[in-house]
Amino acid sequence: MTRLTLEKIRKSYGTVEALRDIDLTIEPGEFVVFVGPSGCGKSTLLRVIAGLEEITGGDLSFDGTRVNDLTPAQRGVAMVFQSYALYPHMTVYENMAFGLKLAKTARETVREKVEAAAETLQLTPLLSRLPRQLSGGQRQRVAIGRAIVRDPRVFLFDEPLSNLDAALRVRTRIEIAALHERMAGTTMIYVTHDQVEAMTLADRIVVLRDGRVEQVGAPMELYERPANTFVAQFIGSPSMNLMPAQAGAEGLAAPGCAPVPPPVPLPASVPDLTLGVRPEALRLAEPDEPAFHEGRATLVEKLGETQLVHFEPAGPGSSLIAKLPGGLPARRGETFRLAVDPADLRLFGPDGKALAA
Amino acid sequence: MSAPSSRAAPRSALRAQRLCAAALFLAPMLAVLAFVAGWPLARTVWFSLTDASLGDLAGAQWVGLNNYLEWFDYGDGDGEYFGLLADPGWWNAVVNTLRFALVTVSVETVLGMIVALVLNAEFPGRGWVRAAVLIPWAIPTIVSAKMWAWMLNDQFGMINDLGMRLGLLSAPVAWIASGDTALIAVMIVDIWKTTPFMALLILAGLQMIPRDIYEAARIDGVHPVRVFWKVTLPLVAPALIVATIFRGLDALRVFDIVYVLTPNNAQTSTMSVFAQQNLFQFDKFAYGSAASTLLFLVIAFITIGYIKAARLDLAGGGR
Amino acid sequence: MTYVKRIGFWALVAAIVLFSVFPFYYAVLTSLESGSGIFTVSYWPEVFDLANYASVMTQGEFPRNFLNSVGVAVAVTLLSLCLAVTAAYALSRVPFRGRGLLLLTVLSVSMFPQIAVLAGLFEMVRAFGLYNTLGSLILSYMIFTLPFTVWVLTTFMRDMPAELEEAAIVDGATPLQIVTRVFLPLLWPALVTTGLLAFIQAWNEFLFALTFVASNDTRTVPVAIALISGSSGKEVPWGEIMAASVIVTLPLVALVLIFQRRIVAGLTAGGVKG
Repeated sequence: MTRLTLEKIRKSYGTVEALRDIDLTIEPGEFVVFVGPSGCGKSTLLRVIAGLEEITGGDLSFDGTRVNDLTPAQRGVAMVFQSYALYPHMTVYENMAFGLKLAKTARETVREKVEAAAETLQLTPLLSRLPRQLSGGQRQRVAIGRAIVRDPRVFLFDEPLSNLDAALRVRTRIEIAALHERMAGTTMIYVTHDQVEAMTLADRIVVLRDGRVEQVGAPMELYERPANTFVAQFIGSPSMNLMPAQAGAEGLAAPGCAPVPPPVPLPASVPDLTLGVRPEALRLAEPDEPAFHEGRATLVEKLGETQLVHFEPAGPGSSLIAKLPGGLPARRGETFRLAVDPADLRLFGPDGKALAA
Repeated sequence: MSAPSSRAAPRSALRAQRLCAAALFLAPMLAVLAFVAGWPLARTVWFSLTDASLGDLAGAQWVGLNNYLEWFDYGDGDGEYFGLLADPGWWNAVVNTLRFALVTVSVETVLGMIVALVLNAEFPGRGWVRAAVLIPWAIPTIVSAKMWAWMLNDQFGMINDLGMRLGLLSAPVAWIASGDTALIAVMIVDIWKTTPFMALLILAGLQMIPRDIYEAARIDGVHPVRVFWKVTLPLVAPALIVATIFRGLDALRVFDIVYVLTPNNAQTSTMSVFAQQNLFQFDKFAYGSAASTLLFLVIAFITIGYIKAARLDLAGGGR
Repeated sequence: MTYVKRIGFWALVAAIVLFSVFPFYYAVLTSLESGSGIFTVSYWPEVFDLANYASVMTQGEFPRNFLNSVGVAVAVTLLSLCLAVTAAYALSRVPFRGRGLLLLTVLSVSMFPQIAVLAGLFEMVRAFGLYNTLGSLILSYMIFTLPFTVWVLTTFMRDMPAELEEAAIVDGATPLQIVTRVFLPLLWPALVTTGLLAFIQAWNEFLFALTFVASNDTRTVPVAIALISGSSGKEVPWGEIMAASVIVTLPLVALVLIFQRRIVAGLTAGGVKG
């Protein structure tokens, strides 16, 4: 049960700022996912917490004790690497036992711990194999086992699924979720660029961009109330539709769309707003209902239970994507009348930040 | 908060541990190198500035640059230059060394290129041919010198025999003893021994060239000779230059072959041989040291010039 | 390839093989000749006489010289490898200021002309009372084997995946444990290659061996072969010289044939010396 506190954490390589003033608290036993586009600093932040990268400025504390200057082993972290980084010359057993042996753990204890971990991960029949004799998924489990046996205070994952094929990725994702259930007391931090992994695994998600935290929150919180246009577009697939909008006498006007009442009270006239609507919030308008947008479909992507219909406005305006039920006989070139529930509209100010209700 | 101290942030334990280990790991190696290379080099340079003799190293007296160049005044306004830079024997050795280096390195480069091109082609038995090519490289220099000395023997040597049988020679040639051919004999042995090394370095460069470039050229119908000049040579040039420089530096310090094949022969004396003879045979220890120092300076300047020109990335990127 | 081209190519291959192998073949041939048969040139084995070998191995100090060579080369190789492994780790894995310069220094030491340190080493060898002992050779050979092994092992170690080392760090391994328990077991092919090349260099060395030892029973084989002369002092005993040459070379040729792939990899990784 370890609480992590990050205060004004900075990391720079020469003049390049990789992390800028990160403030974050991770609660004991929490599963936190760092997510963001490549180069956003998520892996650097994980490696800073692991102790593999030196901290340039700020304080990192585990349960109130400053750990900036401690080695990874002293901090009591364990890590699953992207490439698994198994020791190629050691058997599965030796791989898992290596850290314990270095810590001079009693032989018997090492055996018990490794065998217990192997049991839960279904690695028992493979204990005497070498990593090169294992499949990708098995290697992945050994890497996890190597971390488990050390009873880490903090469990770190660095994009652990990116080397697996799609089917195995889903299965392993579920296994990791189950692992978190079993090790409920262990704080876990997970880095990924995949927002589906983030949404499905996390208690809380930390969205990073350019070395800064953009938003921290539970998955649904980020989905429903993105703090800014970046998070709005990063979380959810396909991305939220964003349109430039003006507030006027009739309400909010976006080019190519009918004016709508603003979801938040606005002063008389504000230019340069951004109106956001998720593709899944758009639906076909009832015949007697006024349309929010009316347009000709330029592309239809059938996904099975749903379909994505793309619209390019005839005049000025921005393109839109609507996620409609799969059963609808939609075709390219057809004209659609789309409606939206005003509660599903999101409004962002000129600086890209969400305007709260 | 503690903004000023953030620049010189205290080293984390991990980094401190690694730096400390690095220092401990490097210390023995550096100590040995300083001991067997640095110190002896400094002593050699010092001896070159003294009148040391083989029998009396400890009693060496400082004589400045006299071993290199000294104006000796006969007293009647007449005088003469002495010292290495005024010694025809030294300049003879310099010319021999340069001729040897120039000829062997160029021939080895061309032959090495041919061998590398052959080995880069795919044909059955390539592994065996490559192993065969490595044999001259593995044979000790002394042994190859002796083997060739025997083959080039004027009375019983098989080269003369073969030459006469094929009608290339009208009479046996005293390859090693004759002044005209002694240096050529030395060059032949060096070329035989070192071409494989050259070929391997060039081959490594050739194998870095992606195969599809050749396939593209073949589809475009480019003539193979043109492909060599326009594609292969420019792409292999960096490897070729490195190999040539290393070989050139090696050739400048040639000693073993000359010493064994043509002992005490002024026609083939090289800088290293000249220095060794003065040091240990002619009892002119200080003079020999001066010659050694000059050879070192020549090689040092070439090396430094090369490193500057190539701007070698020795730190090896980011890590 | 057309027919003519194909014939030309194989002729070239044959010429290369002949050029490479023939002198050694001829040395073997000569060494097996008996008595005066040596003085008629022959290109095919006609007699098979081991007399030259017998005489080399029984008369004089040649067997002793051979053992000297083995001892010196093995000692130098092992010492260099021990010193170089840890140094290579520091040079390839730990970033510190001046690392590039240090590597450059090591590389330039391997470019030293041996003659440049000869006078100073001679003084040192005498001062330590090592003159005419094998110790003088083991000491002096470090000047070329050590920079070479450091350089080659550094290039090999640089290629080790970073995450492997980080996994060991997270597991609590110290730098020494990383070297001995993670890197060394993985690097043994590189160690074999590097050690082999260092061994060959030490085995073939001539100038130091000529200068620092002076009696028949402390010499190494290259010097011994260079100094073989007939018992009568008139005739050069070519048969015996060739027999000795073959004895010295056979182990190397065998090593080259067995390890040729590794040697090629090591030579090109080091790219330093022949």
